[in-house]
This record gives sequence, structure tokens and C-alpha cells, in this order.
Amino acid sequence: MYNKGTIIPGLIIFVLLITFPLWFNAFSTASTVPKVELPPGGQKECVKPAAEMRANHMVLLNEWRDDVLRNGNRATVTAGGKEYRKGLQTACMACHTNKEKFCDSCHVYTSVTPFCWDCHLTPSVAAAKKETN
Amino acid sequence: MKYAFSFLAVIALILIAWLGSQIPGMPYLFGVALPYLALMIFLGGSVYRVVQWAKSPVPFPIQTTCGQGKSLDFIKQNKLEAPSTNAEVVARMFLEIVTFRSLFRNTKSEIYDGPHITYESSKWLWVFALIFHYSFLSIVVRHMRLFLDPVPAWIGWWEFIDGIFEVGAPTWYMSDVGLVAGCLLLFGRRLITRHVRYISLMNDYFPLVLIFAVAVSGILMRFFLRTDIDIVNIKQLTVGLVSLSPTIGAQIGPIFYIHVFLVCVLLAYFPFSKLMHFAGVFLSPTRNLKNNSRAVRHENPWNPRILPHSYAGYEDEFREFMVDAGIPVEKELSPAKDE
Repeated sequence: MYNKGTIIPGLIIFVLLITFPLWFNAFSTASTVPKVELPPGGQKECVKPAAEMRANHMVLLNEWRDDVLRNGNRATVTAGGKEYRKGLQTACMACHTNKEKFCDSCHVYTSVTPFCWDCHLTPSVAAAKKETN
Repeated sequence: MKYAFSFLAVIALILIAWLGSQIPGMPYLFGVALPYLALMIFLGGSVYRVVQWAKSPVPFPIQTTCGQGKSLDFIKQNKLEAPSTNAEVVARMFLEIVTFRSLFRNTKSEIYDGPHITYESSKWLWVFALIFHYSFLSIVVRHMRLFLDPVPAWIGWWEFIDGIFEVGAPTWYMSDVGLVAGCLLLFGRRLITRHVRYISLMNDYFPLVLIFAVAVSGILMRFFLRTDIDIVNIKQLTVGLVSLSPTIGAQIGPIFYIHVFLVCVLLAYFPFSKLMHFAGVFLSPTRNLKNNSRAVRHENPWNPRILPHSYAGYEDEFREFMVDAGIPVEKELSPAKDE
């Protein structure tokens, strides 16, 4: 083999690069697979079945956002026989009150950073704001 | 026909993964065994190919120069196009790998009435290649969020920039559009340009169709076919794969197995195909050699060892035969031998 001095280091770099996730995970503490917290209030039904919400909640939220903000249509949605005004804070977070344990647990695990919180407040933050005002 | 066959092959692969993953127990084959096998073929095969290349001697400096080589002091050297030091070669290689400079020089030849031939700069290949390769890079980096646990912050920044248009939810990525567009453009180039179409083979079309199918299956999984596509569940499997303890928690939709199977085929196909240019670009002697053919003597490494043989030595060896044959010699045979 010619040019061993460059070929062998090059191959070592290549193999290390390709197997990078292996080393990274071996030297970092793994997080546990997240489980979402069910509504603390004990509500059992969401606006759509759980499996569909799990897969498509972001699409639904996006449609609601467009509906409410762009079409001015804040119609009510029904879940478990109770009516809610369409919206993340008015509907979703009425039951799923804990953002950290409900939203963030999966989002952080899979590095999803939705832009909901650019504008929205979690119930606890909203309550704190009200007190200071 | 060549491209129709590529499509057929990819459709067959999709069907194998789709139907195969539905058989009970088979998800472990498609989700665990094949990815490991494919990665081992990819790593082993690539290393083997590079070692084979490194075993072939490069006897002469055969770099392609596109500018003034190093000469007398008052002649300005083009350091990038005719590098004479290691640092200049590194700079040239870096720009070749990062910006595809040699594709930038692509020309198109055409024959007009006369007949006369014209050569015209043609930058399309360069543009398409840039779109394709950088989109591919971005997608590979973004996929690290599924393999690294915890996810490093810089992957989040990368995703943010890639999806900066914030179109829809889940967000559309520039690189998704770029990869699909890149595949279509490169494929279209092979169909539309007459000369390129003539020299294109099955093994030019197949990787393009395969990568296109990988991209489309990924996009379908992210945006459209969301049944049983639970990212937490999938990440549990992918992190399991790279920490050598894979588990498939809940059922995962067939589109996931199709996507993974196509990627496995791509990985396993890499070392045996033109896709090896990812390593070959580093080993191309026309780029990675110094333009010093006048400053340094290059010897062919496989030259046989030939010792100098002077005429006097030659005559010493063959004098008797020369005298016998009547060939004049400089030094006569010694009289002692005549007796």
C-alpha cells in the first residue's frame, strides 16, 4: 500500500465519523423514553382519538392557528361532552396544564422545537403574569 | 429502458419492504438486522475499496493544471490551479470537495453548420450538484437527532436554519425540497442532454432513483402517511440501534420500514458503485498531486532494478563470442587463453 501515512489516518477518521452516534451515546447519559403525563384533571377524551392526536396534533394546531388568527373563526370544539374555545391556551392547555410534562417531554427527547411558545404562554406563566400586573 | 429498469428495481425494493414488514416478526429483520448488515457492508466495503486504490501505484505526477505552474520568480504562479506545495494542494482539494470547482469548468460542445464546433460554459451540472449534495448533507446531519441522545444543541440550530421558512407543521425543510429537486434535475439532465444520455448507464440512473425514493418516502412519512409513525417510538429504536440494544416498542407504520430498507440498500450499494466518489474525490491523482514534475524526479515504483552496464563490462562478458563472430573488439583476447 502506498501513502500509508495519509490513507490510514483518513480511513480512521472516516470510520470514526460514520460510527459517531455510537461513541456519542456511549459517553453520554441516556435519557429515559418519555411518557406523556395524562391530564391532571382526569379528563379522558380529547378532541380526537389519542392515536390520531399523537401523530397529527401539529397539523391540527396549525389549522387552528390559521382559523383563529387569519380567518377570525374561534369556533368551539367539543371534547368529552365539554365545549372549549378553539386555541392552544383556551382548549388544549385547559386539560394538559403542564407544558413541561406534557409537551416538552417528547419534544426535548426528539429535538422538536415548535414555535407555539414564541407567542403563547403556559398556564403557570400566564398566572404569574396576571399576578404581577 | 435503462431508466425504466431503475424505476422497476426501486419499486420492487419498496414492495419487498412494504409486504415484508407486515409479516409478524419481520420488523426485526427490516428494522434491526438489515440496518446493521448494511452499515457493515458500507464500512467494510468502503475501507476495502480505498485500500485497493491505495495499493495501485501512481508512478507519475498526473495532476491536471489549469494555470501557470511555478517557474521563474518574475512569472506569477497560479497557486490554486497548479499547486507546488502541500498547503496549496490542500487548498485546492478543499475547494474541490466543498465547492466542486472542477464541475464549475464544465463545458458544452455543439456543432453548427459549416461545420464548426463551439464550446460554451455550462454551469448546470455544477448548480445541480451543489443543490443535491448540500441538501443530502443537511438531511444526514438533521437525522442525527434520531440517533443522538441527548440531542446536542447545534443540531437544533441546524434544523432551525434548514426550516427557517416555518412553512406548515411539521415544518418543511429547504433540504427536503433541495434533495428531491436535485434528484429530478440530475435525472432530467441525463435524459435531456443528448451526449450525457448516450453515455448514461443503468448504474447512473439507479442511484438517482433510489435516492429519490428515499427522499420521497421520508417526506411521505413526515408529512402524509402518519399512521403509526410515533417519533418517540422510532427514536427508541434508532437510539437502541446505535447503543447496540435495539428494541421495537409499539408497531411502526410500513412507510418507516420502506424508508429504512431503501436507505439500507443505498448503504450496501455504496461501495460497489459510482457513489464511492465520496472517497474517490480524496484519492484522485489529478487533484491531489503537486505540480512539481520539473522540480522533483519521480521514479516509477514498479521499475525493475537495472544496474548500469558499461561497454567495457559488456565486452568483458561477451569477448569470446564477439571474436568468434568476427566482431571487432577494443581489447583482444588474452594470449594465455589462445593456447
